Amino acid sequence: MREVAVVGIGMTKWGELWNKSLRDIYVETALMAIDDSGVDHIDSMYIGSMSSGIFVGQEHIASLLADYLGCAPVPSTRVETACASGGLALRLGFMEVGSGMSDIVLVSGVEKMTDVGGDEATYALGTAADQEYECYHGITFPGLYALMAVAHMDKYGTTRKQLAEVAVKNHKNGSKNPLAQFPFEVTVDDVLNSVKVADPLRILDCSPITDGAAAAIICPVELAKKLNKPIVKITGSGHATDAIAISQRKDMTWLESTYKAGKSAYEMAGKNPGDIDVFEVHDCFTIAELCVMEALGLVDKGKSGEAVERGRTAVEGDIPVNPSGGLKSKGHPVGATGIAQVVEIVKQLREESGERQVKGARFGLTQNMGGSGASTVVHVFERE
Amino acid sequence: MSTPSRYWREIPQRYRLEANSCAQCRQKFFPPRLVCPECGSRDLVKTKIEEKGKVISYTIIRVPPSQFKDQAPYAVGVVELDDGVKLMGQIVDCDFEDLKMGKRVRIEFRKLFKKGHSGILCYGYKFVPDS
Repeated sequence: MREVAVVGIGMTKWGELWNKSLRDIYVETALMAIDDSGVDHIDSMYIGSMSSGIFVGQEHIASLLADYLGCAPVPSTRVETACASGGLALRLGFMEVGSGMSDIVLVSGVEKMTDVGGDEATYALGTAADQEYECYHGITFPGLYALMAVAHMDKYGTTRKQLAEVAVKNHKNGSKNPLAQFPFEVTVDDVLNSVKVADPLRILDCSPITDGAAAAIICPVELAKKLNKPIVKITGSGHATDAIAISQRKDMTWLESTYKAGKSAYEMAGKNPGDIDVFEVHDCFTIAELCVMEALGLVDKGKSGEAVERGRTAVEGDIPVNPSGGLKSKGHPVGATGIAQVVEIVKQLREESGERQVKGARFGLTQNMGGSGASTVVHVFERE
Repeated sequence: MSTPSRYWREIPQRYRLEANSCAQCRQKFFPPRLVCPECGSRDLVKTKIEEKGKVISYTIIRVPPSQFKDQAPYAVGVVELDDGVKLMGQIVDCDFEDLKMGKRVRIEFRKLFKKGHSGILCYGYKFVPDS
């Protein structure tokens, strides 16, 4: 397999972008990535999108977006694995470049979530859970993660305050990210006094509804060297699945798909969790970040809450997690999230992250998760 | 709007709690499966789930999906039945303060929600305290 590098990244300000359509958001972002890389064409493109059909009533967006990007007739593929769609778009592009099928591939993600009201958005997101055996009983996504939180608190003594500390840390990081949807700080009290959504989770434990896109250009390392850009190599890729219904898992506090995808990616990269300088992980809810830390081997089982409380996952800590602000502060346009994580890691490894820069970061990892953890995609990156 | 067939075909599980189990490794599945994920066997035999068990996690839904608006707030839990089967459902006839890990519950047949303004009434199982 050929060595693959990320040579261009693109992301615009995320939020409730009333005046922009899905295609506007997408094209703007993809052009940024193309310009950043300096390539004069692309050979193929992948787009992660969870539910353009429900959110904007538009399927067949692979061709629509290739056309509006001015790239038709290049092959364009839409990829869906719920909120991990973006991560999977990268993995497929990585395989296509690595295999030698294509040289320059645009990997991207997009979701336009505010063209529908709250009820419909809740419904669309709910389709990532088991419709017949979960949603039928009135569960919601915050509810699924609340079930994980209650089980984690019961098994390991994780506290309500420790959950809040995840949101506080991510908002602090996000306050230094001008592209974040909610670039402001919150306190533990703010979180603990915010509106209850699904006990014990409150609104400030939850990632928001967001419009946004993110894009990256990948190519063989040999070609990247000619482009005169800092080279960030993709050295590991892992993807795994698990039961979609949370009740069907052996342990609700353990994300087996994240563990398995992480293991594959670490092995491919020849790295251990301790070798990685900076992590971007899927904190769709505060409890998710804790469970992911454990499944990726950043801390032992049950020790994540304590690690966050002690500041170990802050930008200046020994295991920095979500310097971008995470899904919590940066926003969560579901299909785009996995690529936005790549954008942040590339910025970090290029040392272009300004005030939220993890000093001397050379190895980075992204973890992008679908549903309540039934799919995970993990990538490991290295600055040359 | 979905056709009634989607509702109708789930009736064996929702009304009669039909499950199946692997003839090789004895693992029990609810809902029933065509292949055993544990041992790969396709030899599965019909059975029924136990109707009593304990709560292994729970939450109170305060912001519900639209068809559950008139019920909120309500409790949803994951229950491990006495035969080891785990499933999700609402926990009703129980004060929120009395929800606890390990709480004994049993299955009762109830109305769950109504599909839209003039849609069908959807029935199924819920959990109630088993005292």
